[in-house]
Amino acid sequence: MRFAELKNTQRELHYFQLRVGFAGMAVVIAFGLLFARFFYLQVIQHDYYHTKAEDNRISIVPVLPNRGLIVDRNDVVLARNYAAYTLEISPSKVANLKATIDELAGIVDIQPKDRRRFQKMMEESKTLDSIPIRIRLTDEEVAKITVLKYKLPGVDVKARLFRQYPLAELASHVTGYINRITDRDLERIEEAGLDANYKGTDHIGKTGLEQSYEQELHGTTGFEQVEIDAGGRGVRTLSRTAPISGNNLTLTLDIRLQQVADEAFGDRRGALVAIEPSTGGILAFVSKPGFDPNLFVDGIDPANWDELNNSPDLPLNNRALAGLYPPGSTFKPYMALTALEVGKRTPTQSIFDPGYFNFGGHRFRDDKAGGHGYVDMYKSIVESCDTYYYILGNDLGIDTMARFIGQFGFGQRTGVDVEGEAIGVLPSQEWKLKRFRRPEQQKWYAGETISVAIGQGYNSYTPLQLAQAVATLANNGVMYKPHFVNYIESAKTGERTYVEPEPVKTIKLKPQNIQFIKRAMVGVNKEGTGAVAFRGAEYTSGGKTGTAQVIAIKQTEKYDEKRTAERHRDHALFIAFAPVENPKIALAVVVENAGFGARAAAPIARQVLDYYLLGKRKGKPAETAVTPQSDDDESD
Amino acid sequence: MRAIDNLVRRITGRLDGPLLGIATALLALGLLTLYSASNENPARVSAQVANILVAFALMWVIAQVSPQTLMRFALPVYMLGLLLLVAVALFGDVRNGARRWLSFGVGSVQPSELMKIAMPLMLAWYFHRHETALRFRDYLVAMILLAVPVALIVRQPDLGTAMLVTAAGFFVIFLAGLSWKIIVGGGVAILGAMPLLWGMLHDYQRKRVLTLLDPSQDPLGAGYHIIQATIAVGSGGLVGKGWLNGTQTHLEFIPERSTDFIFAVFSEEFGLLGNGLLLVLYLSLVTRGLMIAANAPTFFARLLAGSLTLTLFTYAFVNMGMVSGLLPVVGVPLPFISYGGTALVTLFIAIGMLMSIQNHRTLVQT
Repeated sequence: MRFAELKNTQRELHYFQLRVGFAGMAVVIAFGLLFARFFYLQVIQHDYYHTKAEDNRISIVPVLPNRGLIVDRNDVVLARNYAAYTLEISPSKVANLKATIDELAGIVDIQPKDRRRFQKMMEESKTLDSIPIRIRLTDEEVAKITVLKYKLPGVDVKARLFRQYPLAELASHVTGYINRITDRDLERIEEAGLDANYKGTDHIGKTGLEQSYEQELHGTTGFEQVEIDAGGRGVRTLSRTAPISGNNLTLTLDIRLQQVADEAFGDRRGALVAIEPSTGGILAFVSKPGFDPNLFVDGIDPANWDELNNSPDLPLNNRALAGLYPPGSTFKPYMALTALEVGKRTPTQSIFDPGYFNFGGHRFRDDKAGGHGYVDMYKSIVESCDTYYYILGNDLGIDTMARFIGQFGFGQRTGVDVEGEAIGVLPSQEWKLKRFRRPEQQKWYAGETISVAIGQGYNSYTPLQLAQAVATLANNGVMYKPHFVNYIESAKTGERTYVEPEPVKTIKLKPQNIQFIKRAMVGVNKEGTGAVAFRGAEYTSGGKTGTAQVIAIKQTEKYDEKRTAERHRDHALFIAFAPVENPKIALAVVVENAGFGARAAAPIARQVLDYYLLGKRKGKPAETAVTPQSDDDESD
Repeated sequence: MRAIDNLVRRITGRLDGPLLGIATALLALGLLTLYSASNENPARVSAQVANILVAFALMWVIAQVSPQTLMRFALPVYMLGLLLLVAVALFGDVRNGARRWLSFGVGSVQPSELMKIAMPLMLAWYFHRHETALRFRDYLVAMILLAVPVALIVRQPDLGTAMLVTAAGFFVIFLAGLSWKIIVGGGVAILGAMPLLWGMLHDYQRKRVLTLLDPSQDPLGAGYHIIQATIAVGSGGLVGKGWLNGTQTHLEFIPERSTDFIFAVFSEEFGLLGNGLLLVLYLSLVTRGLMIAANAPTFFARLLAGSLTLTLFTYAFVNMGMVSGLLPVVGVPLPFISYGGTALVTLFIAIGMLMSIQNHRTLVQT
């Protein structure tokens, strides 16, 4: 019994030890498994996890460059930057957006328009970035928010550089504006492979020079490698690549001249483009009315947007660049030049003008009741005789006109250095064939040629084209591409890259012909339709008045300015260059719905030429135009 | 001189040298790691040192007690634990969605922690009493003794602790000689019952299992812990980034750095070599524990020593497996390394019991 028990105990012990041994084996296998796992992670996959850990801790933070300045030829600042504090919300980090904004409204002043703008921006941007709810915080407001910030997750006060256009409306259609980058902009940036340079950038040029010189103005984004902790807070900076500021643009534009022109328009709508004929440099570029580009910079609020967008005056339309107008009688010098060059007329050849021209059962009227009598080419320009050109047009034919006049750039893009230029219409048989679908529409009627000959009919051109044409004429047929920028200054090296005047072409003209046309245009300002406006001018100038019909008038009806609704009144036009001996400036003016060109447009041209050539201002002593602001970058 | 010598011997004489040495080495590594994990906060380290001192004291006391005395505590401690678990179910505090704590005037306790010791003690005592002729019925009773508290813990819910208590109890039953047929059969049955078990799991528990299978499914939520811990381990490489140089640690990417995920910190800073050392230390500890069990004089002592040792192994394995993405995230601290008083006290009670068994191996013959 005792033996059996002992034996039993021993067997039991043996059995237990077997189980312990088995357990020990399991332990060794388990630890072996762990070690294999460690080996896999720490040796085989080490590079992968090493990269992951580095990605975790290192964040690349873009450092934004300062946007380049835009200044006029006299260094008057048209676009600059200033630093201001903004109150921003990151929608992704805020649970209840409305409650947060309401809470903020209890701390700082938040207007309904701020809320609307915030809403609009949030809909436009799908990024996780923070969106400003208030801009230009005062120091006091910054202090208030900073104290309470711990209670407001997702709310931040940021110092940002803002774009500012100190002259507001005056240069609005030249500078254009920047606005927040939309998803569509983002796509374009990505397509161009510029996404790295736009990391952290919120704004992009949308119109005008801000748009066309975006790459120059933007600059190169710098980068900081920052070590961050799990909460995304920066711990220390590991390395830094400084940003390179955008390049500054110095324009050929003279903003004081621009202001003279702008004021000369008063409240009227229209456009004026002045060009230096020998270079193509644009001296003044007015589109009335303008708008305040500053409204767009921080995201325009819907109320302002509606007002600008729905105004019947269309302030957002760049009339000088994209407005299309019939040239009216300003077309006549080119018609006359065509006749001389193709040999259809000599200067002395006369016609008799009874006050109308009958063609194909239509009566084409002359402005002057009873007609101009005997009219030679000089008189036809000076007095602006329509009948002379009705007959000339009929003699030349539409295609000869289009071919020759087209050389002056009518109906073609000038290639100016802003986007959005309209093409316009230089009528011809070919144009009509392309323009219309139905065969009966495509056919050119000889009667149409007669309207085109006096600058009406299908003719429609931009003020920029009209200005370029007269500049080319003033320059004896040598055409330069119009441009705004004189030179680009590198913010890094200060090196200036000049925009070389780019000759587009030289139109072959007989010197005696072009001299004759110029002489006739001088006659306009001396003794013709421009004489009243240019009485007593201290320089020689050539000009041509024009009046363009807005709606067709029935043949039997006499045009009555007073009875026609204001918007249906004729546009007044004027083209000019001066001084005649060595033209320094050529311009085209269109005043919408202002009636006769001589009355409404020529005086504007006179004021612009007076100022540019003599430094004179109407009603003011010379040389006190725009006081150039001595502005430095980034200061408010 | 002799008096001092005697005193030292009296104090240390009943402490097992190898166990003490290994435990001390592990504790030292733990304090080093804790200093780094707490972003070099000495206060955290001294708090842990205080925990260690308390745990050491308890270990010393228990090492002096004989296994017979321990055996006398088995039933009362188990009953107390069970009672407290019932109390928790009835009046327990809910924290983080789980009813695990029982409040007293001065503080609160987590009775499930007590079960980690009480369970092997109880089952070892039970098998010891029926040592002469173990029948299937005895194993069945043991399983019921195991299942009741486990069920209560699962209900809290605290799946991690329930699994560890189950493991502790199972080790006793296994060492007591449960037939292989039943073990294999039971294993197959559990596998078969998996779908049923799945249905009983709480949402967060299911999520943990699913997240383990594919952490990238939920990189900001439940997967975040695993992803960041795995990155820490993997980026440690062969020799580690060096003490106090772990970027995942110091930039706070690792969650629960001082407690459940401290192994990620260790692994990031000491690399595969450090991990190897740690495994060797644990393996030595387990070997020593199993040797003590194999040489223990009584059935009770053998079962207790064996199951405590294997439970300790389970802690280490589950924790390291969880941090390295091998096992689901269950709240198990890494023995000797993780910060925390309760776990350390439980651990050193077990070490104390092992020492007691080692001390008394020749004294008693029943």
